[in-house]
Parts: sequence; C-alpha cells; structure tokens
Amino acid sequence: MAESIMKESTMKENTDIIRVQTSDFDLAAEYRALRAASAQTGAIVTFTGLVRDFNQGDQVAAMTLEHYPGMTEKVLADIVARARQRWRLQAVGVVHRVGALAPGEQIVFVGSASAHRGDAFAACEFIMDFLKTRAPFWKKERTGSGERWVDERQSDGEAAQRWQS
Amino acid sequence: MIKLLYFARFRDALDCAGEQLPLPAHIDDIAGLVAYLGERGKPWRETLGGARVLVAINQEVADFDAPVKEGDEVAFFPPVTGG
Repeated sequence: MAESIMKESTMKENTDIIRVQTSDFDLAAEYRALRAASAQTGAIVTFTGLVRDFNQGDQVAAMTLEHYPGMTEKVLADIVARARQRWRLQAVGVVHRVGALAPGEQIVFVGSASAHRGDAFAACEFIMDFLKTRAPFWKKERTGSGERWVDERQSDGEAAQRWQS
Repeated sequence: MIKLLYFARFRDALDCAGEQLPLPAHIDDIAGLVAYLGERGKPWRETLGGARVLVAINQEVADFDAPVKEGDEVAFFPPVTGG
C-alpha cells in the first residue's frame, strides 16, 4: 500500500515514463499512467509498434532487438525533452522492448498527453520519428534463409528530417 | 585506457563486443583511432572504414574529428533500426 502511494507521488513530480525492457507492456496500463498524470489533460495519443511477419520480401520467423544500455535511455530522454520544448505536454510515455520477439508482438509504445489533441498528435509522431533514427536499437531478423541485421530505411530518415524546418 | 564498444553487425563482423585499450599517445581523435584499429586487419578496416559508421563518445553521437581522451567510452555502430 505504502509502496503504491510512493509510486504515484513520484509519477506526479516527473510525469515522463521512459523504459527499456524485455517484457511485454500493457497498453491499458500505460494509458492509465498518462491519464493519471494531470487533470489538465484533454487529449492522449498513443502509438504501438508491432513486429511484422514480412520484410523485404521474406517471411520473418523471429526478431532480436539489441540496444546500447545507458545511451538508449539518454537518447530517449533527450527526444522527450525536445518534444516538451516544442509542444505543451502534460505527460509522455516511451516503452521499448529488447531481446527476442515473435511476429505480432508489441515492440514500442509512445504516448503523449496534452491539453489539446494537436500537440498530443504532433508530439507522438515527432518522438517516434526521432526514436527510429536516433535511439541506438538494432533489429536482427530470422528468415527461412538465416539471420540478418535489418537495414535502415531511407523513409525513416526523411520522416525525421521534416521536423527540422 | 579507453573503453571500446561495438554493436550489432559491427560486433558480428569484428567478433568483439568490447575491449579496454591503452590509448596510444599519438591518437587524439576518432579518425586517428579508426586508422589505428584498422591496422589490425581487413575486417577492422572494412567495418570501421565503411560509409555508414556511427560513433558515440561517452554515449553521445560524435563526428570523426571529435577528440578522444583517456577514460572515454567510444562506441561504434551501424545506423539504428529500432521502433
């Protein structure tokens, strides 16, 4: 009981949640945390990324996600801080999984809470675009012909570029 | 000493996840460090001398002309593919 009260008060001081974990996440729980952060919130936008079963013409049987512990968390915190400078946000949540993942599994969650939907939509997309091009995660796929590291996508770089203007 | 880390396909190509390296006195930037590591042989030259090599010093992305000093953590990795 005391522990849950402590957790809640900690969350209210710093409403941002940034986690890198092997375990799955519960979308409803992440949404609840964003919703509980502030009574000023009028809009919450959430994004969930999943493992596709098909990539570059091949059936994907499994995926492993590697990251750079320490730097990953710093980069994610920096991206969230930049989003906070651009938009008025009540709370932000970023959860990224690492380790072995099967097709259909959840990889990433980004949620943004704001007074109005415009800021919440924009911030959520901004955070995802920069996460994809800046945060040190790497995907390795297993297909019928063996294992391979996933190549960067040019479209991801372009998606991040458009926020520079 | 400096701490070196290699991630993803670089780790596989070099067969090395990380190492402690006494920093030679004549090396003062990333480009110099890459040239020095390249003396180890072809996989090192090809992996770290490739077109898409990212480097971080003390967990912040840096350029190849960035200075390297005693005690630094230097990581080499390919473009990121998370999310």
